[in-house]
Amino acid sequence: MKKVLMSVAVGAAFVMAAGSASAQTLNQVKSRGVLQCGSNTGLAGFGQPDAQGNWTGLDVDYCRAIAAAIFNDASKVKFVPLSAKDRFTALQSGEVDVLVRNTTWTMSRDTQLGLEFGPVNYYDGQGFMVRKKLKIASAMELSGASVCTQQGTTTELNLADFFRANKLKYEVVAFASSDETIKAYDAGRCDVFTTDASGLYAERLKLTAPDDHIVLPEIISKEPLGAAWRHGDNQWGDIVKWTHYAMVTAEELGVTKANVDEMLKSTNPDVKRLLGTEGKFGEAIGLTNDWAYRIIKLVGNYGESFDRNVGAGSRLKIARGVNALWSKGGLQYAPPIR
Amino acid sequence: MNTQVVSASSKAYVRQVPAEVLPPPGSLIGPLAWVRDNLFSSPANILLTVVAAFVAYISIPSFLNFLIFDAVWTGADREACIAKNGVVPGACWAFVRERLNFFIYGFYPVDQRWRVDLFFVLGAIGVAWMLWLKAPRRDIGMIYFLVVLPVASYYILGGANWLGLQPVDTARWGGLMVTLVVAGVGIVASLPLGILLALGRRSKLPVIKFFSVLFIEFVRGVPLITVLFMANTMLPLFLPDNITVDKLLRALVGIGLFASAYMAEVVRAGLQALPKGQYEGAMAMGLGYWQMMRLIILPQALKVTIPNIVNTYIGLFKDTSLLLIVGIFDFLKAIETARIDPQWAAPTTSTTGYAFAAIIYFLFCYGMASYARAMERRLSVADKR
Repeated sequence: MKKVLMSVAVGAAFVMAAGSASAQTLNQVKSRGVLQCGSNTGLAGFGQPDAQGNWTGLDVDYCRAIAAAIFNDASKVKFVPLSAKDRFTALQSGEVDVLVRNTTWTMSRDTQLGLEFGPVNYYDGQGFMVRKKLKIASAMELSGASVCTQQGTTTELNLADFFRANKLKYEVVAFASSDETIKAYDAGRCDVFTTDASGLYAERLKLTAPDDHIVLPEIISKEPLGAAWRHGDNQWGDIVKWTHYAMVTAEELGVTKANVDEMLKSTNPDVKRLLGTEGKFGEAIGLTNDWAYRIIKLVGNYGESFDRNVGAGSRLKIARGVNALWSKGGLQYAPPIR
Repeated sequence: MNTQVVSASSKAYVRQVPAEVLPPPGSLIGPLAWVRDNLFSSPANILLTVVAAFVAYISIPSFLNFLIFDAVWTGADREACIAKNGVVPGACWAFVRERLNFFIYGFYPVDQRWRVDLFFVLGAIGVAWMLWLKAPRRDIGMIYFLVVLPVASYYILGGANWLGLQPVDTARWGGLMVTLVVAGVGIVASLPLGILLALGRRSKLPVIKFFSVLFIEFVRGVPLITVLFMANTMLPLFLPDNITVDKLLRALVGIGLFASAYMAEVVRAGLQALPKGQYEGAMAMGLGYWQMMRLIILPQALKVTIPNIVNTYIGLFKDTSLLLIVGIFDFLKAIETARIDPQWAAPTTSTTGYAFAAIIYFLFCYGMASYARAMERRLSVADKR
């Protein structure tokens, strides 16, 4: 009975939320003067406060880019840290305008929660880390290995699927927290450590000798992490989507934070359309024509953001891998601005 | 027979002064005797002492080594705390030093942090005024603590344009400051509310009694974490779209109501412990209900419940750490977030962060407990006569 009541209440609330979502989010944001962005409560490289309490990270940059496009000021963002349980409610109830919080885009979330998922700003997936001295180059050689992982997560299920599908023998050593897991791996309780690839690099830094360990190339699950907004406000969705696409396009065209002012004089029609010196693409989505210029000037292109937060320029040193541009063998692909 | 009839003066020896008191034998005093009395008085105690000494021998040195002797005190990033030549260093205090401001102020704008310091100072003055029994004009102190301080803190921390203080959204509050704000509000709100609920529960008026019992039993029947989830996840769904209640405020209300239900039961225990004669005596004096409560009943009831009240306060202080689950950056959450920063990723960073949290929580809770003990000793003087 309690469950029934609960579902009625939640269902009613969703209907209410969905009904109100067609209200113009952009106008609300503009009149409020600040973008409310649902962020992680702390994830290395994606959303993390520094010593002065400023948010930094790949997801954080996405929010700042949206604010830059709207207000020409990347600091007009209020980050609302949300736990994994709170995040969808906060979006549905209008507490946040957009959710950029390493949220995996799945069919059920896309279709059942009254939400819309947008471009993937990071393609994550479960990976493996082993000791270099084992001389293993591929996950296919892991037969008979003992694997350290965290209890009760999808990680554990993916692991079982992978080893069963490839007919490899393995032994799971599971722990309650990620800290315990990495400590056990460091102490030699198991041969392999597994979690999402972005996490592997962060955890590796905690090892006694990080350089003695290697992340294997195989990714055994799909975790597309992207932005989400409320169903029904397509104009707002366009702004969120094209903010990411503008950053990717800028990287593709070689427009960076440093050279964007020079690029304004470029004769390349693609660059001209991106930076708004030709066409009225910004006005079409309810912004100004220099919307992309603002993003690149104030935040940078996708490559710069990636490099600064999780890539070679950060401590995590995550390889671009599948997050490279499509022209370099990755999955980051932006539809043309024309 | 001559010799028997003698005067005192002719006695061979009469002691003029009392014999000097000799010290007890060596086996009954001194450190040796203390050790024998307290540590080795029976076979069972001998066994306990040996076991305890062994546990201390194996744990204390490594504990001290980790926290002090092998610890890293200075450094700018993880390089300072990573293993060198395969040897993992002790606690990474350099990490705590670098992030201390974040632990205390959270996201509060750096140039406005003097306001948080001011809040700490005003709070300390209020606490000292209330707790130091010889302080002058404690009646004014009471008003200061219960009225002036909360209002002043609200404007100092939240800001107000008419005061020339830049408004600071509660989303930017964090760290120890939030822990103290939440615990402070819970402590200040729960005692008066709890007393009213306890009186309501013992009231002879059925409606008041019914609602008091309903509230107390309902709130006691759900865990705090559920109250917080309700406040944070469900409440926004039921409110109209353009009304958003501040996240911290929702949690504050939740914690305040939760603590007052527990406080009500503590106070009720005190009310019931008083003999009926106290009530009857007060009524025979012609006192009205509120006069009776204020002058006769509550002073005695609260006195006997001091240990339980402080127990509830300590529990409340520690419960504030549950706020991290609903995404509010309290002290523990600030440490939780900082410890996963790659800038400080090292083998002992997490342990150090947690050790620091334990030390700070211990200082606050032990402080409260010590004050309560001193208070009890002072108030129980009358009972000992």
